[in-house]
Amino acid sequence: MALLTLLQAINDGLRNALQDDPSVLVFGQDVGPKGGVFLATENLTSEFGEARCFDTPLSEDGIIGAAIGMAMNGLKPVAEIQFQDFIFPAFDQIVSEAAKLRYRSGGQYTAPMVIRTPYGGGIRGGLYHSQSGEAYFCHTPGLKVVVPSTPHDAKGLLMASIADPDPVLFLEPKALYRSLKGEVPSGSYSVDLSTLRTAREGGDVTVFCYGAMVPVALKAADQAAEKGIEVCVVDLRTLLPLDEEGVLDAAKRTGRVVILHEAPRFCGYGAELSALIAENAIEYIEAPIKRVTGFDTPFPNTLEHHYLPDERRVLDAIETTHAF
Amino acid sequence: MTLAVNISTNDPFQILAPDGSVVGDLPQLSEAELVDILRGMLRVRCIDDRMLKLQRAGRIGFVGSAMGQEATMIGSAVALLPQDWLWSGLREGGAAIMRGLPLDEYVAQMFCNANDTAKGRQMCNHFQHKGSHYPSWSSVIGTQIPHGVGAAFAARQRGLDEVHVIFFGDGASSSNGFHSGLNFAGVWKAPCVFVLVHNGWAISVSSRNQTAANSYSAKGTAYGVEGREVDGNCALACYQALKEATDSARRGAGPQLVVLNTYRMGGHSSSDDPSKYRDEAEVDEWRDKDPIERMTRFLEARGSLAAGAVDELRDELFMELDTVIRTQEAAPRMSWRTLVEDVYADVPPHLRQQYNQFLITQEKYGEASPSDGAFPL
Repeated sequence: MALLTLLQAINDGLRNALQDDPSVLVFGQDVGPKGGVFLATENLTSEFGEARCFDTPLSEDGIIGAAIGMAMNGLKPVAEIQFQDFIFPAFDQIVSEAAKLRYRSGGQYTAPMVIRTPYGGGIRGGLYHSQSGEAYFCHTPGLKVVVPSTPHDAKGLLMASIADPDPVLFLEPKALYRSLKGEVPSGSYSVDLSTLRTAREGGDVTVFCYGAMVPVALKAADQAAEKGIEVCVVDLRTLLPLDEEGVLDAAKRTGRVVILHEAPRFCGYGAELSALIAENAIEYIEAPIKRVTGFDTPFPNTLEHHYLPDERRVLDAIETTHAF
Repeated sequence: MTLAVNISTNDPFQILAPDGSVVGDLPQLSEAELVDILRGMLRVRCIDDRMLKLQRAGRIGFVGSAMGQEATMIGSAVALLPQDWLWSGLREGGAAIMRGLPLDEYVAQMFCNANDTAKGRQMCNHFQHKGSHYPSWSSVIGTQIPHGVGAAFAARQRGLDEVHVIFFGDGASSSNGFHSGLNFAGVWKAPCVFVLVHNGWAISVSSRNQTAANSYSAKGTAYGVEGREVDGNCALACYQALKEATDSARRGAGPQLVVLNTYRMGGHSSSDDPSKYRDEAEVDEWRDKDPIERMTRFLEARGSLAAGAVDELRDELFMELDTVIRTQEAAPRMSWRTLVEDVYADVPPHLRQQYNQFLITQEKYGEASPSDGAFPL
């Protein structure tokens, strides 16, 4: 097994998918010879030709609209939106069309496709290169929303998304693109899209998180352990549909829950997790469910390190929850 | 009162004048095919007549009448090959019937009943027919335009001899989908044809208020998509223009923008009262250019149709339609399970739970039937 960054793992997953299935296409803005602004598609055009990996005109609406038509007519499009912040011109195509096509046609037409897009802060990108917009999409039945946090999962979840019969929004934590390495099998493999992953075992407090917040939670858990608090860190991996049973099991095991995400708090993904646990496991819960999130503001620039939850804020929440 | 059509139509391509006289080269169609075009247009008008009556009687929910526009969809439909796709808007259902959508499926869709292939999920006038490559539109204007372009790209990529014919109205020419669709198709030289049905109105907004361009066909120029103005009330011109545009796309010469100039004789839908925003004199003017009368006069003049035969044809079509309506009106509702099916390929656990909980409540009132049974968890 090779030791790869998350970015290299994604590149590797795309390569395997292109090799395995001639109907797979990779396209978007600058994904061709340049290999993408983050180099996620590096060398794919030279290896597979311009018919399989290519640049498009600058229109998110057009990229996703055309991808839907390709998917309806037998291809497997893997479209890139350069930054998740730029996805909104395509919101209509994703929400009104891709997500609803199977339902509205009674299953006669489907749009099996993947939309890859880097999300989240940590690169000094300001308001429009940093957002974490998963909640907008998780409110959309018919869509799957996937967020990896390790190189192994990035490749396996991406390959599973490409093989999936439904449209998948694949959110890539750009803060983790090059910040960590991990063992990644060289061949094709899938990581199941309906199960969460326990990133760390612990019996005192459960932290639910995903994407770029997983390493933050793990660091906070290490610090908590030094203070005698054992933290279970749950990496959700697939936000929609959610592994609800897995979430409830993990919440019940400790009875103390912290939810962590970098997106704004109000109507954020954490609100759904909190409600799910309160509705179904309240008798197991020993302390108020805590959320550690970004502020309910636009994403800042110079102060992004204070906007983003860090291990201090997570540790505080763990300690408060534990002491309740 | 606003008049809709003052934007230039650049001497539109025409084969039959409004009085049915031949003013252009006749296309190579057999007598039977010519009569079939008339029958297809008449059928659309018969359907509109019955559907509007059903709607007024409260037996169906909504109708988007195609009255006056019959030539656009029927002339075009005949020009397509069986493997071609037709991407539709609100008023192209008649084209689907012409290409193979069974009448009972059409009517089932209007009743949104258990025989509707879309399982009663869309409101009326959202037809689909997979067999003849006719996906339904969503209701959001212009979104189908890039879909057709992507599907055309896929056809070429897969080596399929398909042309994708994408219908939309003058209102849609202002939408995102129009601009991204034409732009992508131009860059990709995709095997597709854009058909802009210029009927003068986007609900209550006249086509002169929709664009400052000199003509709708001019809107293709900036995208490298050649435009053509056609008399949309001349079924033979619609046929010929679509034949030439699809032939050209099939040869790999790229897409064209074909503007079919016609007029929406009725309201936008059964929920619309056009007297609030348009002058009846304009409607009367277009009444004289009626596509069905034009085709009838042409066929009668050349002896393809006996005098009075058109009335017999209409009676036959009504009879066939009324039988189908009686059957479809008696069809049962869709199973409740369809509430949560087809959201994903498999019904995921949370939807099974939501449905089962719903069923427990309904069973308290004795309203569930055996086909509505709970999902295994």
